Amino acid sequence: MFTEQFKYTRIPAEAEAVRSEVREFLRDNLRDFPASKRADSWMGFDAEFSRKLGQRGWIGLSLPTEYGGADAGAFTRYVIVEELLAAGAPVSAHWFSDRQSGQQILRFGTEYQKEHHLPAICRGESFFCIGMSEPNSGSDLASIKTKATPTDNGWILNGQKVWTTNAHRSHYMIALVRTSDSESRHGGMSQFIVDLSLPGITVLPIKDLTGSEHFNEVFFDDVHLDSHALLGAEGDGWKQVTSELSMERSGPERFLSSMALLNTLIDAIGTEPNALQAKEIGHLAARLITLRQMSLTVTEQLAAGEQPAVAAACVKDLGAVFEQDLPELAQLLCDIPPASSGGCDHAMVLAHLTQQAPSFSLRGGTREVLRGIIAKGLGLR
Amino acid sequence: MRELFESTVRRICEDHVPIERVSAAEEKGWSPALWELFESSGFSQALAVDESGESGASWGDLCGVLMICGQYSLPLPLPEAMFANYLLTRSGLEAMSGSLSFGVDGDLCLEGSTVKGSLRDIPWGGDVDHVIGLVGTSNPMVVLMSRADAAQVNRTTNIAGEPRDELYFDGVTPLAVAPLAASMNKDVLKLGGAMLRSAQIAGAMQGVLALAAEYVNDRVQFGRPIARFQAVQHQLAICAEQTAATVVSAELACAQFDNGSEVSTMVAKISSAEAAAAGAAITHAVHGAIGFTQEYPLQLSTRRLWSWRSEYGSLSYWSQRLGSKVCAAGSDKLWARIVNASSDSTQESSI
Repeated sequence: MFTEQFKYTRIPAEAEAVRSEVREFLRDNLRDFPASKRADSWMGFDAEFSRKLGQRGWIGLSLPTEYGGADAGAFTRYVIVEELLAAGAPVSAHWFSDRQSGQQILRFGTEYQKEHHLPAICRGESFFCIGMSEPNSGSDLASIKTKATPTDNGWILNGQKVWTTNAHRSHYMIALVRTSDSESRHGGMSQFIVDLSLPGITVLPIKDLTGSEHFNEVFFDDVHLDSHALLGAEGDGWKQVTSELSMERSGPERFLSSMALLNTLIDAIGTEPNALQAKEIGHLAARLITLRQMSLTVTEQLAAGEQPAVAAACVKDLGAVFEQDLPELAQLLCDIPPASSGGCDHAMVLAHLTQQAPSFSLRGGTREVLRGIIAKGLGLR
Repeated sequence: MRELFESTVRRICEDHVPIERVSAAEEKGWSPALWELFESSGFSQALAVDESGESGASWGDLCGVLMICGQYSLPLPLPEAMFANYLLTRSGLEAMSGSLSFGVDGDLCLEGSTVKGSLRDIPWGGDVDHVIGLVGTSNPMVVLMSRADAAQVNRTTNIAGEPRDELYFDGVTPLAVAPLAASMNKDVLKLGGAMLRSAQIAGAMQGVLALAAEYVNDRVQFGRPIARFQAVQHQLAICAEQTAATVVSAELACAQFDNGSEVSTMVAKISSAEAAAAGAAITHAVHGAIGFTQEYPLQLSTRRLWSWRSEYGSLSYWSQRLGSKVCAAGSDKLWARIVNASSDSTQESSI
C-alpha cells in the first residue's frame, strides 16, 4: 500500500548549508515587512524582490548551469522555498516559473525553448502563469475546449481560460489546449508556451471576495502562435500536465501559506498559555512537523523520478485541512475579532486568512478530486 | 538490515500469530511458547549495546518491526523488552534474556539497597520474568526487578484485553541497579513507550485500512460494491491520509530517538493518537455491523487503537507539553523548532 512509502527523509547536509544564508537575506530584506503582507504568502507579488532572489541564484536553481541554474538538488530548492514561505516573503511573481514551468520546459522543451526561457526564469525576470481551468472545465480538466489549429508556420489559438493566477502580470502562460479530435478522453491535448503580449489576448482580472486581484479571465481571439510555442509533443498534453501536478501538490506551500497567522496567534496568546491554548498550539505544531515530513518524503520521490501522485494528494489535502482549521482555532483560543484595517497584527492577519481559507481546498485541485485520487490509490475505483 | 528485520518478523507473525492466537491470548493469557519463539529470533536484544558500546541496530532500523508487531496485534511485550534492554545496556547493565517489560508510573523508591513501592501499568507485568523502572527524579536510577519478588500483583487490562499490571515490592533487593545513562532524563521511559505505541499504531492503521479497502470492494449493495460510492471512497481517503501521517511521524520519531530528540516522539504520539481515533471510527463505519462483531478481526486492531492512543501520554498530554514550550519560546523561535524537529541537530529539539 502507498502509505508504506512514507519513510523518514533527511534533508542532505549540502542542502541545509544554504538555510542560514537565506535567513540572513530575509532578515535584511524583509525587516519592515508587515505581518498583514506576510499573510499574502505566495500570493504576494513583488517583481523587484523576485529579481533580487534571481541575483542570488535562488530561482530555478535545480536547472542545469548551462541554462542559468545551479544544477542543485531538489532539497536545496526545498530549503530556500520553505524559508521564503515561513517568512511570508512575496514570492508570487516567480512562483510558478520556479516551481513548475522551468521544470516543464527543461523536460519537454526544445533547445530553442530552453535557451530562450530558462536563463530569464533563473534571473527572476520572466514570470509564468498556468492556464488550465476554463469556464466549463474546472475539476473535469479533460473537458477543456480552448483549441489550437495548425497553420503553415504555427498555430491559431482560440478560446478562454479562467482562474489564471497572475495572468495580468506574467510574461508567459503554459496553456493546456486541444489540438486534435481524439477518441480517447485524455488524447488530443497539447501544452503551449503562450507569449501574453501577443495580439488577440485579453486579460481581465477577477476580484476575489476581499476585492484583491490575483486571478483572471484570459481570452484568446485568433492568436497566432509560432512553431516554437508548442511544448513537448503534440497530443502529449495530458501526460505532461499530470506529471506537473505532483510538483504542484506536495510542496511546502500547501501547509505554510498561513504561517503568518500561527505566528501572530502565538504572539497574541503570549508566553504563558492556558491549558486549552497550550494543547491546541502543541497540536498544530505537531501537525505542521508531520506535514513537513510528508512533503519531504514526496520531494525525495519526485527527485528520484517517481510519480507520487497519490502521496502528493495526501499532502495537499491534509495541508488544506490544517490551514483551514487555523483561523477557526484562532477564534477558539483568543477573543480578538478580525479586522480588515486598523486592527492589531493578529486581527488583520486573521481577517485576511479567514477569507482566503476557502481557496485552500480549491486551488491546485479540489478536496473532492484529491480524495478521488487517493481512493484510486486504495483500489476503490 | 531493515528489510531483513522486517521480513523475518513478518514471517514469524504470519506463521505463528494468526488472529485465533491473538484472541486466545486475551482469554487464556500468556503463551510461554510464543515468547520463546520471538526471543529466539533475537529481537528482544536487537538494541542492546555490547562491551565496545556498539549496538547491532538502531530504532530507525527497527521502526518497521514495531509496526508489524502493531499490525499483527502481537500479544507479547516484545517492543517493551526491546526498549528495556536498550535502556539497561545504555546504563551499563547487562541485557536480560527471558521476558521483560517496564513500568513508567508508580511510587518506587530506593531505601538503602532495597526497593519499596509499586509500579503500575506494566504491559504483561504479572507474566514476565523481569521488569524495569526508574527511581528518583533528580538523579534517576534504573532498577531491574524480578517479577517473582513482587509481594502483590494487581491484574488490570486495557480495552483490548492486554495486561497492564501493577506490581508491589515490599523492600526487595533489585537484581541490578545503576544510574540512568547521562544522555537520558527521567522521562525516557514515557517517551520510549510513546515511540513504541506510535509505531504500533502506524502498523495497526495500515492493517485496518487494508482490511476496510478489501471489504468495501467485496461487499455489494444496490447492485455494486460499496467501494464505488463516493461517500465511502472519501471516508477511506481520509483514513489513508491519517495512516500516511502516522507512518511518517513514527518513522521520524524512531530515527530521531537515536539522536535523543524528544520533540519528534511527542509529534508521533500526537499524530498517532489523532490517526487512531479517525482510523477506528472510519473503518468501523464502512464495515457496517459485521465489523462490530467479535468474530470479525477488525476489533482486534480497533480496540488496540483505542488503547494505545492513550498509553504513555494522550494527544492532550503531549500537545500541552509541546504547546507550552512553543508559546514560552515565542513566535520567533517557532520555525526553527519545526525545522530542527526533523533534522539531525538536537539543538532546540529537546523539551
